[in-house]
Parts: sequence; structure tokens; C-alpha cells
Amino acid sequence: MTTQEAFYNYIVRFGDDSLILGQRLSEWCGHGPILEEDIALTNIALDLIGQTTNLFELAVQIEGKGKDVDQLAFLRLEKEYTNLLLVEQPNVDFGYTIVRQFFFDVFRKLTFEALCQSSDEKLAAIAEKSLKEIKYHLKHSSEWVIRLGDGTEESHTRVQAAVNTLWKFTNELFYQDEVDQKVIELGLGVDTSLFKEAWQLHVEKVFTEATLTIPANTWQHEGGRKGTHTEHLGYLLSEMQYMQRAYPNMEW
Amino acid sequence: MSTKNIEELEKEFQAKIDADIKIEPNDWMPEAYRKTLMRQISQHAHSEIVGMLPEGNWITRAPSLKRKAVLLAKVQDEAGHGLYLYSAAETLGLDRESSIDDLHSGKAKYSSIFNYPTLSWADMGTIGWLVDGAAIMNQVPLCRCSYGPYARAMVRVCKEESFHQRQGFEIVSLLANGTPEQKQMVQDSLNRFWWPALMMFGPNDDNSPNSAQSVKWKIKRMSNDELRQQFIDVTVLQAEMVGLTIPDKDLKWNEATGHYDFGAINWEEFNQVIQGNGPCNKDRIDARRNAKENGAWVREAANAFAEKRKKKELTH
Ligand SMILES: [Fe+2]
Ligand SMILES: [Fe+2]
Ligand SMILES: [Fe+2]
Repeated sequence: MTTQEAFYNYIVRFGDDSLILGQRLSEWCGHGPILEEDIALTNIALDLIGQTTNLFELAVQIEGKGKDVDQLAFLRLEKEYTNLLLVEQPNVDFGYTIVRQFFFDVFRKLTFEALCQSSDEKLAAIAEKSLKEIKYHLKHSSEWVIRLGDGTEESHTRVQAAVNTLWKFTNELFYQDEVDQKVIELGLGVDTSLFKEAWQLHVEKVFTEATLTIPANTWQHEGGRKGTHTEHLGYLLSEMQYMQRAYPNMEW
Repeated sequence: MSTKNIEELEKEFQAKIDADIKIEPNDWMPEAYRKTLMRQISQHAHSEIVGMLPEGNWITRAPSLKRKAVLLAKVQDEAGHGLYLYSAAETLGLDRESSIDDLHSGKAKYSSIFNYPTLSWADMGTIGWLVDGAAIMNQVPLCRCSYGPYARAMVRVCKEESFHQRQGFEIVSLLANGTPEQKQMVQDSLNRFWWPALMMFGPNDDNSPNSAQSVKWKIKRMSNDELRQQFIDVTVLQAEMVGLTIPDKDLKWNEATGHYDFGAINWEEFNQVIQGNGPCNKDRIDARRNAKENGAWVREAANAFAEKRKKKELTH
């Protein structure tokens, strides 16, 4: 794998995370538990779609084949998407949505903080711009994890169930392979293993306040970074890609 | 303290209105004025919220990243409009949650247009162009409405609505100048939305019972028919600009009146939709009711948590 290929894949992974999570969150629009949260979730979706656009713009530049961001976003096959399994998981309820977001936000914040030091100026600039948004997302998701965890018996049960279900996708946040090795060597990307502990500590701290616990069964799933997904992604993509597939080669 | 009788208060109130002095929440106002405004503002708020659904229907299928972002932002704006309007209605003593319950029970109304389905991507253009366009026609005069909080909310809302209208028209003109499939898609969309958009202005003036009093109170500043005519005159030209055909064979320019003549509106359809029998009335209300019911545990948790925190602060 050339450096160029590795860096391209590296960026697309982050872009796919933003895209798929943004798509999931946008399913909430008009259906939120309160109007203020409808607006907040839409806002996060909007930030994530914006991040996707910035990351994909950089990716297509690196690739240099003259593709546009929409080809990348809408016209790949399922196995060509390299997002984390976590972000493609269905919304289920507000509790699942918040827990999924929280795990992701803690990881994103740590990763993007480090990416501000990337030797690639453009990536560093995207990381810095996104970081402002990510900090707000993390504040929002942390506050809700605590509120729901330490709210009523029902909310505690629901959010603990979400934690129990989604925990198995958290190790994959720190998945690294030859793509990462290559970009880390060159200072383009970051070694996420360095802040795995920080992630765990942050989560534990919030969970303590929320009276939530990490499940006993810690068997982990992975595959997203290599294009092997859960059953949920295919449906998400068929909806998301509908227009581009049904009406190819048109401007919208 | 001299007590003024009701007639004197009413006289002073009307004098203020005639002098274009805004009525503020703590000012005396006739009960009927308060009730009329509460109904009008809450209906408007409900329309913003229900109006999120037909467009929200296409967010996950938007054809490009840019369109997805623009549509998300637009629907989010509508939620924001709902929030300001509920707040404006709260200044009159309306309780947001009970007013929302009235919407869910069918007691409160909302704009009939949102009971029509969005069947293609082109509808995202048409809705912005026609529906936000009609909303602007209705709402610009309300920026001068006699009730201060409503007038101020309308100023803010209208700015965003005109942005939505331009974005919608941009989608429409892109499709109208696009491939044959896109042209057909947008013409079909116009065919479906044209008449319902005209109905947004409400019944003909002869059949609009509340209008005269509302005009006197400056809650309403132009009649339904005047607004509808204004909308048609502007929109016909825009359709011509992009080469779309308005689905009305009786539409023609009238030299004498300086306006377009247009065909008969199907008021039976309008009444049926208002009464709950439109293509999507049930789906829209069900979606809103489900959102509220499914979110009950979240709101309860937030309240319980806030209570716990308050207690903690008191004991520390
Ligand atoms: Fe609006
Ligand atoms: Fe409106
Ligand atoms: Fe609007």
C-alpha cells in the first residue's frame, strides 16, 4: 500500500463514521422526544454531514481521480464503506442514540485533538474546525447519559440496556491496521492506542455519575474498518443511495 | 384607584390599535382578542411542527451531501419557528404541552398543506417555493400585527422563510433545466402542490367568519383573497421563468384588473382535508403523538434528575 492509498483510506474511514452517524441521527428529525432535542439531534447530524463533506473533499483530492464527494458518499458498495460498526447501529430509542453518540464523541474528541497536530495541514485544519463541534456534542451526550442514568428507574433500565448492547462495538474504536501504521509513521495520522486508557477513564467517570455499569461480558465485535458490517448497514445505504442509484449521473 | 368599566377599557384598547401602538403581554386586552390570537399563534406553531414531517420524509434520501445538509437545516429552522411561536403564545397564557395535546386530539388545527404526501425529491423544491412562498405572503403582513410578541416572532420567522423560498426555487429551477426525468419529476410535483398551495390562504372572504374582526384588531392585515391573488400573480411569473406549466387551464392575465384570473378551487377537498380526511392527516398526527409518547420517559427522566439535583444542592 502506498502512502497515498493509506492516507486516502485513513480519511475515508473518518468520513464514513461521520456520514453514517449523521444519517442515523437525521432519522430523528421531526420525531424527537422534545422539540429542543429534535433541534439538538438535527444540529449534530448537520455538523456530521459537514465534517463528512470536508473529509471527503480532502480524500478525493488525495486520490486525484477527479471524483466528487457525492460519488464517495453515495455510490460505493456496502463492503466499500469503512465506518465503525457502532455508528451504523439503529437508533432504537433516545437512550441507545445517546449512548452510541457518547461512546463515539469521547473517541472523536481524543482522536481529533491529536489530529490537530497532523503533518498534513488540511487534515489538521479539518480536525481543528470539527473539534469545536465535537466538544459540544460530547457535552450534550454526556449530560444526557447522566440524566437518563440517574433519572427514573425506567430511564436507568433503558440506558443500561443500551450500554449492554453497544459495549461490544467499543473496542473497534481503537482498531488499527497497516493503514494506521503507515500514516502514523509519517505523522499524518495518530496512534489511537495511546489514548485508549483515557477513553475508558472518561467513560467510567461519566458512568459513575450516571450510576451505570460496564457489562460483564466484554466479548468484542469488529469488521467495519475492513468493510464487513452488521446487517443494519445495507438498509441504511439502500435508503441513502436511492436517488443516486435510481437517477444516475444527474445534478441535484 | 379609579376603576374603569369594560367599555372604557375597550375604547382605549381600540384607540391604541388604531394608533399602531403594539399590545404587550401585560396590557389589558379583550378576552376575545386574547382567544383569537392564542388560537392563531398556536395553529401557526403546530403548522411549523407538523410541517417538519413531509420534508423530514426526504432527509435520509436526499440526493447529495449538500442537499442533505440544506434540508436538515431547513427542517431545523421550522422546529425553531415552532419554538418561538409557542413562546409567543405562552405570553398570552397558553400552555405549550396542553396545546400540543389539543393538536394530537384533533381539537387544534394546522395548515392543511402538510396533509399532502411528499412523493418525490422535487417536492422538496416545490414545498420551499410554493409552501414557504405562500407562508411568506401570509406572514409578512403579520410582522405589523398589533400584538408585539407575535409581530416580533414574525419578523424573525419571515427572514428564514424567504431564505427557504429561495432555496426551494433553486431546486425547482435546477430540475426544470435538468434531464427529461427531472423535468417530469418537478412538473408532476407542481401539479400536485399547486391547488393545495392556493388553499393555504383559507376560504374565500365571503366564507371567512373571523376575518372582519381580525382586520379591525390588526391581527390580520390583508384578506385571504387578496393574499391568494398576490401569491398567484408572483408565482405564475416564476413558473414561466423556469418553463413549468401551472396546472390550471383557466389561468390567464386580465388586462382590466391587472391580475391573473384563475380557475375554481375545490373547496370540498379543502374542507375534507381540514376535517381530517386528507391523504396524510392521520399519519402526521400519529407521528407527532408517537414522538410525544415515546419521549415521555425521557422527559420524566430529565425532570426527576433535575429534582434530585435540586435536593442535593439544598442539603449540601
Ligand atoms: Fe417556518
Ligand atoms: Fe411558517
Ligand atoms: Fe420555512
